[in-house]
Amino acid sequence: MTQITPPKAFRQGLRRSLPFVVIVVPFGTLFGVVASEAGFDLVQTMGFTALVIAGAAQFASLQMMQDHAPILMVLLAGLAVNMRMAMYSASLVPYLGKAPFWQRALAAYVLFDQSYAVSLERFEHEHEMTIPARMSFFMGVAVPISILWCGATAFGALVGSVIPSSMGLDFALPITFIALIGPMLKSLPHVTAAVVSVAGALALGWMPSGVGLLIAAGLAMLTGALVEQWSSKWAH
Amino acid sequence: MGALGYSTAEIWLIIVLLAVGTFALRFSFLAILGDRTLPPFLLRLLRYTPVAVIPGMVAPLVLWPAATGGETDPLRLAAAAASLLVGVATRNVVWAILAGAVVLVGGIWATGSL
Repeated sequence: MTQITPPKAFRQGLRRSLPFVVIVVPFGTLFGVVASEAGFDLVQTMGFTALVIAGAAQFASLQMMQDHAPILMVLLAGLAVNMRMAMYSASLVPYLGKAPFWQRALAAYVLFDQSYAVSLERFEHEHEMTIPARMSFFMGVAVPISILWCGATAFGALVGSVIPSSMGLDFALPITFIALIGPMLKSLPHVTAAVVSVAGALALGWMPSGVGLLIAAGLAMLTGALVEQWSSKWAH
Repeated sequence: MGALGYSTAEIWLIIVLLAVGTFALRFSFLAILGDRTLPPFLLRLLRYTPVAVIPGMVAPLVLWPAATGGETDPLRLAAAAASLLVGVATRNVVWAILAGAVVLVGGIWATGSL
């Protein structure tokens, strides 16, 4: 098999990013709308979306701010949602770990669910790719998604102030979170982790803002990992 | 401009620290690990962070929504259920959001309530 050149890999990545337009545009728009409804100005909303580039974490920390949580709890909620990025980072090391430092830093900046999932699938199935070709493919997926994400947020922030608040916008965040979680409930460990998270958070709701949630999330992660371990043992 | 009871400085502090922390998580192993690998159980724990954090955060918001003063609202429960069911069935975030939004906005119009 001939090796794919970096420019060709980049164009392949671009094509693989296309299906995500239908997710990223409405989702980014929604963040812009919700942030501007919450009172963020355009610069703050765009700073948030361009510097963090992590939809679920942005929504999570915004939700904690709606609850007037202490700054530490706002940060912990957003970063807890992003812990999975550390896992992504670790699992890309065998494929991108030998690229130049600045390229790895750039890739890390745009490492999110879609760029990770598409790239890992490709790297696992095509062993002949050179490191520059892998990096080009990864950036081909990530760059258009990042640009669309920021553009959609800007659009949402600009139209957000026009949407009447009686449209049930108060519930846009909960609906978004539920919509994110539904597709993740794909195995028994995921479902049990979600159930423990809900039960724990409700039972510990009397604790100071955010503390009960962090304890519940820790228990839920442990539950998911243990159930996965047990079920893989039963399978053998 | 401040918002939600936070000053402008506090909002930028949140944005910048969240950005730095998120980048640190993303760069972590790509930056330092080289060719070594992680203990499998740690990777397993990290895999469940989204399903461990988000459901717990959303449950009180669904059961006791702020818009009704914390009183359980059948309309918002129905919208949440629609979003969850469509999300599980289609595995598609956008369809799930649309399902929840249609039930909620349709319900608000039909009942004239908030």
